[in-house]
Amino acid sequence: MSVRVGHAAEAPSFPQAAEKLVRNTQLRRNVRHATNVIRRKRARVVEELPDWEELREAGHAIKQHTLRHLDFYLEEFERKCTEAGGCVHWARDADEANRIIVDLVRAHDEKEVIKVKTMTSDETALNESLAAAGITPFETDLADLIVQLGEDRPSHIVVPALHRNKMEIRQIFLEKMKLENLGDRPEDLTAAARKYLREKFLNVRTGITGANFAIAETGSVVVVESEGNGRMCITLPRVLICLVGIEKIIPRFEDLEVFLQLLPRSATGERMNPYNSIWTGVAPGDGPEEFHVVLLDNGRTNVLRDEEARETLDCIRCGACLNACPVYRQTGGHAYGSVYGGPIGAILTPQLQSMRHSQSLPYASSLCGACYEVCPVKINIPEVLIHLRAKAVEQGYEPWQERAAMKAAAFALASGTRLEVAQKLARVMQLPFEHEGRLDHLPGMLAGWTAFRDLDAIPKQSFREWWAERE
Amino acid sequence: MNISLFITCYNDTLFPETGKAVVAVLERLGHRVEFRRAQSCCGQMHYNTGYQKEALPLLRNFVEVFADAEVICAPSSSCVAMIRDHYPKMARETGDEKTINEVAELVPRVFEFSELLVDKLGVADVGAFYPHAVTLHPSCHGLRSLALGDKPRRLLEAVRGLTLVDLPEAEQCCGFGGTFAIKNADVSAAMLSDKTGAVLATGAEVCTATDNSCLMHINGALSRQRAGVKCVHLAEILAARA
Repeated sequence: MSVRVGHAAEAPSFPQAAEKLVRNTQLRRNVRHATNVIRRKRARVVEELPDWEELREAGHAIKQHTLRHLDFYLEEFERKCTEAGGCVHWARDADEANRIIVDLVRAHDEKEVIKVKTMTSDETALNESLAAAGITPFETDLADLIVQLGEDRPSHIVVPALHRNKMEIRQIFLEKMKLENLGDRPEDLTAAARKYLREKFLNVRTGITGANFAIAETGSVVVVESEGNGRMCITLPRVLICLVGIEKIIPRFEDLEVFLQLLPRSATGERMNPYNSIWTGVAPGDGPEEFHVVLLDNGRTNVLRDEEARETLDCIRCGACLNACPVYRQTGGHAYGSVYGGPIGAILTPQLQSMRHSQSLPYASSLCGACYEVCPVKINIPEVLIHLRAKAVEQGYEPWQERAAMKAAAFALASGTRLEVAQKLARVMQLPFEHEGRLDHLPGMLAGWTAFRDLDAIPKQSFREWWAERE
Repeated sequence: MNISLFITCYNDTLFPETGKAVVAVLERLGHRVEFRRAQSCCGQMHYNTGYQKEALPLLRNFVEVFADAEVICAPSSSCVAMIRDHYPKMARETGDEKTINEVAELVPRVFEFSELLVDKLGVADVGAFYPHAVTLHPSCHGLRSLALGDKPRRLLEAVRGLTLVDLPEAEQCCGFGGTFAIKNADVSAAMLSDKTGAVLATGAEVCTATDNSCLMHINGALSRQRAGVKCVHLAEILAARA
């Protein structure tokens, strides 16, 4: 089995990517503006619910329960979905999922597919597998369309083109849709997208979607969205294929009561999503004639195995932690080198694929806790980040200079007596770097500090020395 | 009350004035302050960077030093958060009943300075005089881990001569995050420039907080910019007199 998350294994480290991105002033303005708008909307609709904290608790509890009995609920889902006329496939990893989907499309001799709401297909890099098999995928979610036409990558879990402003989008549409002219109002842009997409909806006969939830009790799949393009993708094609991560299972239909309150308020600051599609199997004369669900593991069972980190799989992909994260708000999602960016990406990607390929991600956080505060299912992201950092250290991925410095510091701090000696030593060692009571050019790892900030020189007398004198 | 001061290693070394201020305020309020010289570091830097093994002896030293202390006070919200949020789990992981019990008994007696004043001692007015315009950065650990709420604010509001100016986007992290500031220096600097921008926009002369680590970071940039605004720990403001 080979687990991979898009091209995250070849991505530069977070600090390397971030160094370039923080210099992109347009990107920073776009990300700042968009996250501020969503944060404000979210805060408003969360505040109006008196039982928000109870809802979060309930969401967390349902997810934790489901994950502990995932084998049971997955089989129940398979049974119910099959009874309703659906066909369930099991995929161990990204390659297997892509192979299953390519084979299904080929079996109907189709050369084109329409896609919507499937970040999981970015995780498996499905579009590349489809293209290699001579099948053209068309993204139909507006933001995904912008990303696809711009030959770009998604930068946000809910708002994949969040890093683009309307002028940039207009330019992409003009070029890629081969338009003579196009206005720059949002209405002009959506009208152009509508014209482009309607033709696909009416002619392409295979649809691929993701799922927000898959209900074990009924075998139903749930997709929520704002545009209605998903609704068309789900209802118009002859064959519908649904790629679902195994953690998307919820036990009962009535559990939606909790999640359909938590998700829209957290994701887009709406009380309810404009389009909520729930469907079960196939119905003759109504919607697709064939319905396939591909259940994807791709490392998720490895995450389940780790008791301290398994709550990562509670995630309902609302993106609230991205909007709240002061790190994400500076860099945007591309710095994370994965389809999953922001705080949740920083814990999910290294667990899915391997610490070796993404050891810098758990460190891409100041541990400020803003992510945990907004998470609708109460994933304690800072705790999991620290847990993963410990794993990175344990597996020897951190630089030897850091390990040596940490060991030296642990030695020096082991007792009051040692600390006192270290303080005296540090006062001598700082002399070559001291200038007018400031340290402004420190060597080695500490240069990361003085590149941007001054540091006051260590005072002549420590507190403990003052206390001794006082006594 | 007998209050044992946990000065914290970086305050001890880099910010002795904060320690002296805590002593001054508590003694002024009629309490006895003691300082146990065997104390060192809470282990936060090691723990948060992934060096759990190295952090454990620091926990053991802390527990040994303060085991019989009546009340422990630290002028650092992040060190208190380290103790409160992580010590019980670290103790559980040792599997050692004695350590687990000692930590469980000790943790509720550890207070952050503003918490100690407002919650434990029930004071908001400590008789300070500080005739300056001050803005308050709430510090992530104070805000989210310790839920200090309006405690630091209430203390500042009672200071005579002080004008408190609201900090825009106050709840945003300053970008310090311990080793984050070094490992992700570019992003940390970008976050810091937002924070110093907000501080400067207030027009305040002084930026204060419950944690010198945030202040060291914010002051580092203000000093580099020669901005003419200084950072002062809450305790030092509360210790100031006419």
